[in-house]
Parts: sequence; structure tokens; C-alpha cells
Amino acid sequence: MKKYKFYLVSILLSTFIPGMVLGQPTPNPNPDNWMTSPGIIGTILLMVIVLVIAILILTIRASGYFEHLRNKSERKKKNEFNEQLLELKNDDIDSILQQRKKAVDYRLSDTELGTDLEADDHRGIVAGVTHDPNNPLVDEKKKSSITYDTPPALKKIVIWYLGAAVFWLVLGTLVGQYLGMKFIWPEMDSVAWLSFGRLRPVHTNMVFWGWASLSMIGLGHFVITRTSNNKLYSYKTAWWAWGLMNCSVLSGTLFLMAGVNNGGGEYREYIWPVALLFALGLVLTFYNFYQTVAHRKIKEIYVSNWYLLGSLSWTIILVIIGYLPMYQDGLGETVIQGYYMHQGVGMWFMTFTLGLIYYYLPSSLNKPIYSYSLGVLAFWTQMLFYTLIGTHHFVFSPLPWWLQTVAIVFSAGMLIPVVAGTTNFLMTMRGSWNEISKSYVLPFFLVGVVYYFVGSAQGSLQAFRFTNFIWHFTDFNVAHSHMTMYGIITFIIWACAYAIMPKITGHEPKQIFVGMHFWLAFIGLFTYMVSLMAGGSVKGLSWIEGEPFIQSVILMQPYWLWRAIGGTLMFISHLLFAYNFYYMTKKKIPKY
Amino acid sequence: MLDFHKNHVLLVGTATLGFLLLSFMVAIFPAYQIQPTQPLPTMEAFTAQELRGLHLYVKENCMACHTQQVRNIEMDETWGKRPSIPSDYYYSKQRLDLWRQSPSVLGSERTGPDLTNVGQRQSGMEWHLLHLYNPRIVVSKSIMPSYPWLFELKDASSINEKDHLVSVPEAFLKNTSQKVVASQKALDLVAYLQTLKQAEMPGKAPEFIPSSKKPSADSSAGDASELKGANLYMNTCSACHQANGEGLAGAFPPLAGSPIVNDENPETLIRIILQGYDARPEYGVMSGFGQVLSNEEIAAIATHERSSWGNSAEKVTPEVVKEIRNFVQSQDQ
Repeated sequence: MKKYKFYLVSILLSTFIPGMVLGQPTPNPNPDNWMTSPGIIGTILLMVIVLVIAILILTIRASGYFEHLRNKSERKKKNEFNEQLLELKNDDIDSILQQRKKAVDYRLSDTELGTDLEADDHRGIVAGVTHDPNNPLVDEKKKSSITYDTPPALKKIVIWYLGAAVFWLVLGTLVGQYLGMKFIWPEMDSVAWLSFGRLRPVHTNMVFWGWASLSMIGLGHFVITRTSNNKLYSYKTAWWAWGLMNCSVLSGTLFLMAGVNNGGGEYREYIWPVALLFALGLVLTFYNFYQTVAHRKIKEIYVSNWYLLGSLSWTIILVIIGYLPMYQDGLGETVIQGYYMHQGVGMWFMTFTLGLIYYYLPSSLNKPIYSYSLGVLAFWTQMLFYTLIGTHHFVFSPLPWWLQTVAIVFSAGMLIPVVAGTTNFLMTMRGSWNEISKSYVLPFFLVGVVYYFVGSAQGSLQAFRFTNFIWHFTDFNVAHSHMTMYGIITFIIWACAYAIMPKITGHEPKQIFVGMHFWLAFIGLFTYMVSLMAGGSVKGLSWIEGEPFIQSVILMQPYWLWRAIGGTLMFISHLLFAYNFYYMTKKKIPKY
Repeated sequence: MLDFHKNHVLLVGTATLGFLLLSFMVAIFPAYQIQPTQPLPTMEAFTAQELRGLHLYVKENCMACHTQQVRNIEMDETWGKRPSIPSDYYYSKQRLDLWRQSPSVLGSERTGPDLTNVGQRQSGMEWHLLHLYNPRIVVSKSIMPSYPWLFELKDASSINEKDHLVSVPEAFLKNTSQKVVASQKALDLVAYLQTLKQAEMPGKAPEFIPSSKKPSADSSAGDASELKGANLYMNTCSACHQANGEGLAGAFPPLAGSPIVNDENPETLIRIILQGYDARPEYGVMSGFGQVLSNEEIAAIATHERSSWGNSAEKVTPEVVKEIRNFVQSQDQ
């Protein structure tokens, strides 16, 4: 029933949205009244209304359906109970009544609770005795009560993948923070290896391939074994992949700083021998994951593994297509660049992270995922829509107009997998909101999921020709990429890391530091995003007005300052995360 | 049949094939389709030096902040006379070498200005060298990094004839007894930047999608053309002559108080704008803007220059510019 409803909504969305996209007026917007025109704000409002209604309908329908199911099983139980009563023998009835009489007559002796013994917790049930329960800054929350019985070899892999990722996170965002400051003080240094052009790809590639990729794969190892109910196919392969990918990031960084880059196409700045190391790591990981799933000890392939295997296979293809030279002279390179930079984000980071959510979210709430079918629908639509939209990075460029239009239409179509995914996650969280007050894992998940919706929907709107007038080439793009790579991917990875690490190492991080990590990252990102979005819009309007270019540099100054402030908060939160990670792993891993 | 959730071969196989098929449709096929373009007959291949300059442009990753694409919308008319077409990239987007592919010169962000036409807009070598040594010498509000490693600092005594001296103002030097000499790399990079000119289309050029903004000039024509003059001056002239009209000692002459600018007869001023100027050895060469600016635009700029920074001379009308342009053209023939 609910499935039909959802498909109905999907069909409505998919017929409605292309009409809106194609109906976009192409001439320059009039910048005098852009806020009130049916343009940007109007479109956003429409979309939000449609989506809110869709989610509302779905929520109400689904809850009605569950109510119905529950009533049905209760009625059945009642009937069974009545039949049991009728079949009782006289002797049995007598003994039941006598027992009841005894229970009713029982009186307390008033000494049951008293004892002369010292209070003692010899079973170790009481944990974390504190004499100061009112923490001045952040709430004390529940500690993870379950520890998983994980093979030590797998534990070591998860910890080392995450450990390397944390290193790249801190270093990569330090570089990012330094770059952000260069907008305010362009004369900070005049060293060739630290110049802006060379360091920018160092930052992006390091957080992409070093931080996000390694942590995702590390967390993926746990998912793939756990949901296949088997041990990892080959531990050795996992270590080889770890080595190759770290080598790739390290050597790629040094090459970029020395001025050796592949031609400046974003996210494929590593020259091919360096990228090859990373691709080999991906191939090994894919092989290892695939074999683990192939040797699974249960019949079904859990939906997480669809996403994990899909994203690995797609990314391997993507890297090969991105680096093969035969069709990459002239604007052929630009076609591939749009395809590559978008799929790098969509098929690798987003798809893999979705796979992680499908395991870690329900497992940390200790309940099943809301809908398997929604997950499956989102998987195939992710493949279909995401693959086609790369050229929306080159709207109004000399690339073929039809390719731009396809990209724009399917960018709008992206709302289907996004709505399906968001609904699934929010409905899984539904009923467990009190977990927010108990643990920091759910807040990280919630922020990640909300950004998944907001960031993706905003990206779809940004692809429209109309919005491209104002936002293209401005700092708005940078805001969008941080909203997604940071708001979605990084927050989800943190949620997963905080969910799993205490369970496999048995060490909880200090609550105050987890809380500070969460709030600094959240407030930092918000500051970063809003300042660049506002600044980007103002810059775009200044260009449309035909003001001298330098004017747009001058007017960005305060926004760049706020960006740097937000960035600083984010960076501090990473230091806290690094400390928390160290704290969770510092003691020797107990052997079983 | 469709038991994806039980059959891992089917699941991974379908996902892989589906993605491959879509990738073919949306990436490989269009890439192959657009690859075989020919250069415009008006375009020239790079010399060895210019090609070295392009390599340096890629090495320093200038693409991080500078685009090279004029989009087909009117707001991009600032950056070129026509929208970019695939043929424009025939020479600049070829595989660099075994290790590096065709450079992504189109870019994705305009933290700095678009460079499609920078060779036309800003053709002077002196300006580029000063700008590369430290952008704030010529554009005080610039946030572009400086590139001192493309220059050498030499003592005055060890300068020889081959050295290309850059007249950096003392305020930008740590040690004022030293001279700044442009390295071969800097000269290569500037040579490449000077080639960045939009080639003339032999036939009819593609047109910009026009702006829907109604021209507001009708109501107050005087103010609007003055505003236009100020904007045009900022875009075209201020990089050398500076926003305050003071120029830059040792590189670009001041316009404030200049007898040529203030001359009752604007002929010399307009001829310099049209044809360029290279008569004074103490200043850099100015190239002509006759190809770049229309009569109306030159009139607006000249009027702005003649009425700003303490200058006070009569307005210049487009008709006067037209007359002088015709005269100059007849002389050339």
C-alpha cells in the first residue's frame, strides 16, 4: 500500500519537475527584483512545499498502515487467549485460584530492603560514578552498553583505516584553513610550494581521498562482514589497499606542491601514476568486499552492501574513464571533467555513505531500517539520475546544449533518490527521538541526513539555468561543496565512527569532548556556508550589474572573513575528534 | 528472475553494466563527438615559448581562480566579444605530455577575472611582469598571490644587458639596493598570457542570449553614460592608470593633471586610446583599444577621464570619436 503511494508521489514529481526546468526563462534575470521574481525564491518554495507534502502524506499513510497491522495482531491474540480459557480443566482452575489467593494475602515484613552489609558492586554493573552530574557545557549522555565480539584482525583494520583518515582530516583541513586565510591576507607567504594555486587541490584531494575515502572504506569493512555474517574474505588484501591508498595521497600531495598536476581538472589533479595507486586500492577493496558477500552465510544481500559494492564498481569505472586519454583533447576533456567531478562525489562518496547509513543508523538505534524497498528504489534511481548530471557544472559553456539540458533535467530528477533516502532515514529515526537526548550518535546522523536533503535539493536548484546566472563561478559553489562533502559525508562518517568505535574497543570518548566536537563542527559549517552563500549571491548580482570586476573582490572581504572564522571552528572540532579517536583506541585492544 | 537481493552476480553485474551504458551515453560518446574540431583560420599555433608559458600556467594551477570561457549570456560580454566555441580551445587543450592530460583551462570559478581575452585587454608586458611579481603593485585591492619565484633579485652591479629589469616601486622591495629581474619563466608565462585573444570569426559569430533587464538609461541619459564611463574605465584602464588616475611612477603615466587629457582638443587623447602609445621611454608601452572599444565607449571613457581627479575639460561625443577613427583609418590606408 505505502509502496504504491510512494511510486505515485515519485511519478508526480518526475512529471512535474522537468516541466519546471524546461520552463525556465533563459534571458538574464533582472537583478533589481530577483528576490521577488518567480525565479530563485519561488522555485525553492515550490519545491519545499511539494516535498513537505510528499513526506507528510507518506508519514501519515505509513503510520495508519502500521496502526492497522498492530490492531490486527492484538485481536488475534485476544481470540487465542479466550480459547485457551475455555479449554482449561477444573483442577487447573483450582490451582490458579489458590495461587492468586496466596498472592493477595501476602504481606511485607518491612525488613526486606534493610541490610547491615556494605554497598558493593562486585559484578561491575555500575559505571561512571560522578559526584558532579551537572556538566557546565554539554550534557552527559548514555554510554554504549553493547560491545561486539569482533575478530581482532578486523578491529585492527577498522581502527587503522580510521586512524589514517583522521590524520588526513586534520592535515587536509589545516591546509584548507590556511587557504581560507589567504583570501584575507594574500601575502601570508611567498613560497612556491604553499601558493594558493598549488595548495587548493592539495586540500580538496586530501580530504576526498585521504579523509573521506579511507574512513568510509574502514567503516565499510565492518558492515560487509557483519551483514554477510561471515569473516572478511582476506585481511591481507585490506592491508594492501590501505597501503596503496595512503601512498597515493602522500605522493599526490607532494607532486601537487611541487607543481606537477594532471592539468587542473578538479579532483583529478593527481597525475595518472598516483591515481593508479588509488585505483588499485579500490580494485582490491572491491574484490575483497565482493568475495565476502559472495561467501555470505545468509541468503539475502543486505541493502548496505548494494550501495557499497555499487559505489566501488562505479568508482573504478569512473577513474578509468576519467584518465583514459583517447577522447580528452579539446572540449572532450571538459565533457569528461563534468562527468568525473560530479560522479566522484555522487557515485563514490554519496553512494558509499548511504550504504554506511543503512547499516549504522538502524544498528545504533537497535531496530530495523524503515523500508527495504525505498532503499532499493533509491539505489537504482541514484545510478540512473546521478550519472547523467555532470554537465550541470558547465551550463552556458561551449559544451553541447542538449547535454546541458539533460544534466539540468536529471538534476531535478535527483530529488527522487534524495526524498526516498531521507524519508527512509527519518522514518527509521521516528519513535527514537529520545535517543537524541541520550547519545551523540543520533545528533550526528540527524544533521547528516538533514543536510543530505537540504544539500542535494539545493544542488538540484543550483543546476537550473536561471540560478546559474547568479551563482555560477561564485563562492556559492564552494559553499555547496562544503554543505555536501562536510554536512553530509563527514557528519555521517563521524556518526558511524562514534557508533562503532566504543563497541569494538570498549572505550567511550569523554562526553564533553564529543559534545564540543559536534557543536563546533555544526556552528562552524553553518557560518562557513551562510557567509559564502550570501557573499556568492552578492558577487553574482554585482557581475550581472556590470560593475568592475575588482568591486566583486572588495565586496567579498567580510564574507571571506566569516568563512575563515567558520573554518577555524571546524578545524578545532577536528582536533577534538582526533583526540576522541585517540582516546577510544589508546588502550590495548583486549584479545578474545 | 529479478532476485537482486539474493544473487550477487546479477546485482553487481547489472549495476556495473547500467553505469557503463549511462557513462557511454553521457560522457564517452559526447566527448568523442566534440573532440574533432578545427581551429579558426584566424588562430595561430603556439610558439615554443608560449607553450612553455602554458605549461607554467598549468603548473601554478592558475585555473583554480581564472576561467577561460565566455558564456553565451549577456553578463559575460565583459570578457569577450562573442561566446566561446569549441574551436577556440584547439591549441590550448591538447595533451601536455605523457604524464599530464589536456589542461582544464575552462575552469569553474572566477575568484579572479576571466582570461579568455586578457591578451587584448591587457597586452603590455611591463604590466604583466609587475602584476606577477606582486599584483598589489598595480591593483591595490587584488588578492591574487604574488609569484616572486619567477623573478630574481640582483645587485645593481651584477645586472647585464640580457636581464629584463622590472621597475618595481621601492615600497614593494625589502632591499632597495637590489633590482628585480624577470626570469625566463616569467617571460614565458607573459608570452602565453599575451596570446589569449579571442580570434575573429570568419562568418557570423554566435550571439549572446540578451539580457531581459530594461535599459534604465532613457530617463537620465547624462548620469548613465557617466556611470558607464566610470565602469569602463575601471575595467579597461585602471589596471595601469589606477583608479585614482595617478598612474604608477616608472611604469604607467598619470592621467590626473595630464596636459593631453585636459587639452581642449581631445584629438591626441582619443588617438592614443585608439592606436596606443609608445613615445616615452620612461613608461611602458600602451596598446591601442580601437578593436576592443566602440566609439560610444571611447567617448564615455574620455569624458570620464576629462572630468575626474581634478581634471576639467569638455565632454567628448561619439561623433568626434567616429571622425577621428575614420581619419586614422584613412591614414593607415
